[in-house]
Amino acid sequence: MLGFIGPNGAGKSTTIKILAGILRPDGGRVEIDGRDPFADRERHVARIGVVFGQRTQLWWDLPVGDGFTLLRDIYRVDPRRFARTRDELVGLLHLERLLDQPVRQLSLGQRMRAEIAAALLHEPDILFLDEPTIGLDAPSKLAVRDFVRRANRERGTTVLLTTHDMHDVEALAERVIVIGHGRVLADCAVEGLRAQVATARRLNDGLPEDAEDEGMTIEAVITRFYAMHGAAEA
Amino acid sequence: MAPHELVRPYVAAFASRFLQMLQYRTAAYAGFATQCWWGGIKVMVLAAFYGGAAAASMPLSLAQAITYTWLAQGLLALLPWLGDPEVAQAVRSGAVAYDRLRPVDAYALWFVRSAGWVAARVLPRVALMLVFAGVALPLAGLDEWAWQPPAGVVAGVGFLVSALLALLLSTSFVMLLNIVAAASLNERGINALAGPIVIVLSGNLLPLSLLPDAWQTTLLLQPLAGVMDIPARIYFGQLGGAQALAGLGLQFFWIALSVAFGRLAMGRTMRRLEVQGG
Amino acid sequence: MGSLALFARLVMASLHGQARYPASALMLTLGQFLVTGIEVITVWALFHRFGDVQGWRIGEVALFYGLVNCMFAFADGLGRGFDVLGTELVRTGTFDRLLLRPRPLALQLMGHDFRINRLGRLLQGLLVLAYATVQASITWTPASILVALFALAGGVALFLGILVLQGTLSFWTTESLEIANVLTYGGVEAAQYPLALYARWFRLLLTFAVPLACVAYYPVLTILGKPDPLGAPAWLGMVSPLAGFVFLAAAFGAWQIGLRRYSSTGS
Repeated sequence: MLGFIGPNGAGKSTTIKILAGILRPDGGRVEIDGRDPFADRERHVARIGVVFGQRTQLWWDLPVGDGFTLLRDIYRVDPRRFARTRDELVGLLHLERLLDQPVRQLSLGQRMRAEIAAALLHEPDILFLDEPTIGLDAPSKLAVRDFVRRANRERGTTVLLTTHDMHDVEALAERVIVIGHGRVLADCAVEGLRAQVATARRLNDGLPEDAEDEGMTIEAVITRFYAMHGAAEA
Repeated sequence: MAPHELVRPYVAAFASRFLQMLQYRTAAYAGFATQCWWGGIKVMVLAAFYGGAAAASMPLSLAQAITYTWLAQGLLALLPWLGDPEVAQAVRSGAVAYDRLRPVDAYALWFVRSAGWVAARVLPRVALMLVFAGVALPLAGLDEWAWQPPAGVVAGVGFLVSALLALLLSTSFVMLLNIVAAASLNERGINALAGPIVIVLSGNLLPLSLLPDAWQTTLLLQPLAGVMDIPARIYFGQLGGAQALAGLGLQFFWIALSVAFGRLAMGRTMRRLEVQGG
Repeated sequence: MGSLALFARLVMASLHGQARYPASALMLTLGQFLVTGIEVITVWALFHRFGDVQGWRIGEVALFYGLVNCMFAFADGLGRGFDVLGTELVRTGTFDRLLLRPRPLALQLMGHDFRINRLGRLLQGLLVLAYATVQASITWTPASILVALFALAGGVALFLGILVLQGTLSFWTTESLEIANVLTYGGVEAAQYPLALYARWFRLLLTFAVPLACVAYYPVLTILGKPDPLGAPAWLGMVSPLAGFVFLAAAFGAWQIGLRRYSSTGS
């Protein structure tokens, strides 16, 4: 479970698109599971799932269930296996009553749940989540986080998450990569970031180690971290 | 109230809409190239038909038919087949309720704004078309394909008057479409059917004179003839003197009728919207 | 599921979505029928007044008209994905979503939003073909049917190619894409009439640059059994639709270049 964060314009969405095979890097090499995402597009995308926050891959006028079935055919999933996966996802994300409704009639929270299910129907090895909780109310955010954690733990799906909601990161990420100005600024666990910020405060601000450090909210930590590296939030 | 105070809100409304629409320049150019091509093909087809036959017995000479084609392309935005999108938007967003609160006549306000919308789309296009077909083509030696000047100064003036009436006529029809949009919430159906009817009956498809002789009287009397065909006929001098005045009178008649009908319909629609709290 | 079957599924999904609003679909189809059909009034009125045009009679012209409209109806239905690429798909991120599916991109685009109202144009094209058969006393032998079908296929390929080019253009700019209408709608308008009517430069344009002549003019001459006033050999109409396929292949070549550009700049 990887959290991928950085200020606006740092290149998070671009990186995801390169990893997904939509964009081609100007230089360097990309390899996922022995595949070049761009050159091997069809083979590569068959093994990944992508969720873009606030946008849906489902068909606007079709009922959710019909959309799922169409995805089954697009991804060439074995029908019986598909039925099991779908039923499981529907149960975990509470989509039973939504299956007959056209996507256009769903609320944003409902759409995101359907969206995440849709991305996992073909049991991808990797799940990319680009701002999945943006615009969601608190209960929906918790539901999404909960589900993503389960998918990661129980199914072994690698998850790469970008988000501006630091609570997502704190709740989910085992490992965090922070980028800014197109460079990697950090690659560690969340606690590692806290530690770096605490150290910087002690060194630069001359503050003794005190309880205020532990109480810093995750947002404050990240903001401070960006500031330390001159990568201010836009 | 002094006259100029009376018309102030309407002049302001017209001017603001007009200037606002004039800003959409890129759209003007892209459509222009397409229209030049379109006009060109129509002209070539007409020339092919005229080429063989006894052209003298035709109601329109080839040169006139060609000029008509370019005129029709230039005046395309006059064709009233769409409601004013600003009105549709105002209805959807509920802003239309504010119109009732303003100390002006709602119909008149919508009318001048729609007129500004139509005029701002017509004037640049007709100017461009005139430059292309009236200046560039003759300069390129393609005089036979060009936009010919009017049949005389009187015809030219008469044309301008008639074109102004055509603008008013078109706006009054756009108003009817606006009101339909306000009344039902689904104007797409009407728009789908209005287009073909307007294109044929206004003369945009083919000069009305070229349609069968048996249809001519009806074609001239129907309301849409005043949107393009009557001004064109005055331009060519086909309708001269008393006949030109009769043509202008016909335009005026249809304007009066559709304005009256429009005001009636609008009043009822507004009352209904009020009741629904729309 | 194989690609062809999937294509059919995508088309069906499009139609299903539109069929949920039957009244609207019907209205739009009727609208298309009328909008495309008013051209018939022009043709008919001109023939009514002039009798014939440079030796071509109305029945013969009707054959051109009907065939070209049927071609474009199919191509228009298949090409919508390319048509709205710049204005809808790229802007909303839907195009990226298509790239994320393990299926050929072109196939997905052809199955995207297959508009039911294109049936309106097809219907009036077929009606005009029927009229042409009667009016010009065309006897449809297996040979002439084959020529017509081959011409139809070539024509669909040609018009689709134009739409593919329009989509390709949208990778560079989203402005002024309607310039392609010059070739699609303008092309239909021009090819409705026998090309012999037009000036030489225009005929050359329509034979070699955008080979409408090859998919409409020469095949129809073959079907009518009419010698070409311009002197082309009689068998030309049987092979010329190939040009439509060549054009489509070239269009896809340009498409690949456009895709490379998209993948290095994103949106």
